[in-house]
Amino acid sequence: MSSKYLLQNVELEGKVVDIAIADGLVKEIGPSLSLEGATKIDGKGSVALPGLVDLHTHLREPGKEDAETVQSGSQAGARGGFVALSAMANTSPVADTAGVVEQVFRLGQEAGLLDVFPIGAVTQGLHGEHLAEIGAMADSVARVRIFSDDGNCVFDPLMMRRALEYVKKFDGVIAQHAQEPRLTQDSQMNEGFVSSELGLKGWPAIAEESIIARDVLLADHVQARLHICHVTTRGGVEIIRWAKSRGIQVTAEVTPHHLLLTDELARSYDPIYKVNPPLRTESDVMALREALAEGVIDIVATDHAPHPAETKECEWQAASFGMLGLETALSIVNLTMVQSGLMNWQTVGERMSATPAKIGRYENHGHGITVGKAAHITIMNPHATHRVDRDLLASRSRNTPFHGMELPGQVQATFFNGTLTFMAGA
Amino acid sequence: MKHLLSINDLSEADAISILNTAEELAKATEGPMKKLPTLRGRTIVNLFAEDSTRTRISFEAAAKRLSADVINFSAKGSSLSKGESLKDTAQTLQAMGADAVIIRHSACGAATRLADNQWMTGSVVNAGDGTHEHPSQALLDAYTIRRHLVQGGDTLAGLHVAIVGDILHSRVARSNVLLLNKLGAKVTLVAPPTLLPVGVEQWPVDISYDLDHVIEIVDVVMMLRIQLERMSEMFFPNAREYSRYFSLNSDRLKKMKPHAIVMHPGPMNRGLEITADSADSARSVIVEQVANGVNVRMAILYLLLAGSGSSEVTSS
Repeated sequence: MSSKYLLQNVELEGKVVDIAIADGLVKEIGPSLSLEGATKIDGKGSVALPGLVDLHTHLREPGKEDAETVQSGSQAGARGGFVALSAMANTSPVADTAGVVEQVFRLGQEAGLLDVFPIGAVTQGLHGEHLAEIGAMADSVARVRIFSDDGNCVFDPLMMRRALEYVKKFDGVIAQHAQEPRLTQDSQMNEGFVSSELGLKGWPAIAEESIIARDVLLADHVQARLHICHVTTRGGVEIIRWAKSRGIQVTAEVTPHHLLLTDELARSYDPIYKVNPPLRTESDVMALREALAEGVIDIVATDHAPHPAETKECEWQAASFGMLGLETALSIVNLTMVQSGLMNWQTVGERMSATPAKIGRYENHGHGITVGKAAHITIMNPHATHRVDRDLLASRSRNTPFHGMELPGQVQATFFNGTLTFMAGA
Repeated sequence: MKHLLSINDLSEADAISILNTAEELAKATEGPMKKLPTLRGRTIVNLFAEDSTRTRISFEAAAKRLSADVINFSAKGSSLSKGESLKDTAQTLQAMGADAVIIRHSACGAATRLADNQWMTGSVVNAGDGTHEHPSQALLDAYTIRRHLVQGGDTLAGLHVAIVGDILHSRVARSNVLLLNKLGAKVTLVAPPTLLPVGVEQWPVDISYDLDHVIEIVDVVMMLRIQLERMSEMFFPNAREYSRYFSLNSDRLKKMKPHAIVMHPGPMNRGLEITADSADSARSVIVEQVANGVNVRMAILYLLLAGSGSSEVTSS
């Protein structure tokens, strides 16, 4: 495979240009370029985006390799246009020591399709009782900067305060899974009219919002960085908006599925729609879209959560929470944000590349498509449609809620450090 | 009609047809010969993954009076309790040639999961799925109300029914709200606010916290069972306080309209949601509900199965 590429006729920030790639870097951007010995790729009709960075990915390795591995997750990421993933800590064993995060980091390097940045656990075993070895993880080869007990909320307010303070030492951030545990005991879906009819135990919006409110106040008090994982409610958006207006260092993410799907889907009782946090109402979906466009919600993060078939082919209450996201994220963002007129592609680049890289302090990412910088580029044809087929995904799991849907936009090619890691139809 | 999973599966005409068929079957089995040959050769499985005596034997009696072969498959000692998935159980029943599966399960939507997947081809009857629905109970309740309070009409138009107690966790309440509404009755739910689901304000019902007021204006009062574990879950302070405000005691019984009836889906907690003298009073139709249950379940099985040929189930 050639290490020189010439991307021709791609749209970059509103202009049609060629992009020359060599030695892993963007060499030149301009009209009608030529590059000796380069493989030419015609990108007519496609958009060039800075390579996507995901801050919330469950890669399942070590421990649940039947659902996903770092290798298969990296392939899914490359297909989805990603050049960096952030591996959540809820593996088995939990990523709460330097040893585990270095293992995951090394597996990412070996796969070589993108950068895998491990996220460290806030507390040992995600149990919420003792701080994990945060400093050792930060100083390890993996250079961990994001810490999260995702799947569990760091519920103890004193623990949360200490964690926020502790990571200031190396400019880290705590990514909170905002879920008040008492208000969500055995909860199954959003609490509202649909849950009242279905009899499934409700998961009130305020269980999320009360933790967000508490934590922005804590972050303000100790002057630390807080990131809110997967915001799902209109009320959560309002609290974050207020916190930002006060200058509190809070950032927030929204998942592609929460930008599109609602709790009405639970009426099927098909656990493919069972996810934590749960799908909310149409009104929440609209608030999330507006907040993402406005920048109140800073980024899109997939919360890609692979699960083996048997944990979804069962009763709703018995099923696992979570859905796949990497391979459909950009199409969903195209559908919900770009085609709806809320965002242009430049803003998509900010929300899915520049800002997530900045929050994670990921060096060598999020610098846009810039001459002299690493060639992380995602080529997306927003006009091509494709039907999602769960049997054709790169992920080891098939739990996509978008199976059978005709989605607009298809990733044509992904470049990671100037290497072609995915090419449609190749 | 292939399955009966929810009252939402029924049109008003479907519901009336079940009630009318139940009337006819009741007449046909009135004499000493209780058995009809209608479902001879058909296999009906009672899949009870949750403890239930009355619903299981009611369905069993209904199936046997229609001459079907009945297989009882209950949770204790079954593969479900050994961790076998619902999917594997369904495929096993399919392989054994079940024409219909009557399922009681603690998970909401279990019947829907059984019917919507390609795990089996037979009919599925929901005999209670978690806190979701219990459609055959609602149908037998409507049948009982109609027999007592409606002269020469199909629907329950003009009647006012109070459903009292733990609405939040009640599959009986959910199915009854849907069916009573479909048949033209007005429904008032009476419960402490903790035992009403968030979202109930969008249901087609009135809400009251005051049983003493509602008891005087309704034609039917349907009491729901209060499960004792609710007390440890902080829904109300204790049994005494619950009974003071929400039980059907003799004082409240006296305030009912002359023709009004008392119902309870059973099993009752005598002394908690209903006193013994209310349960055993002349207004009580609780025992009759049980008898009617068999006729209504016969009608359900008849309408689901009698139309389709048994030759559908072939060996492969």
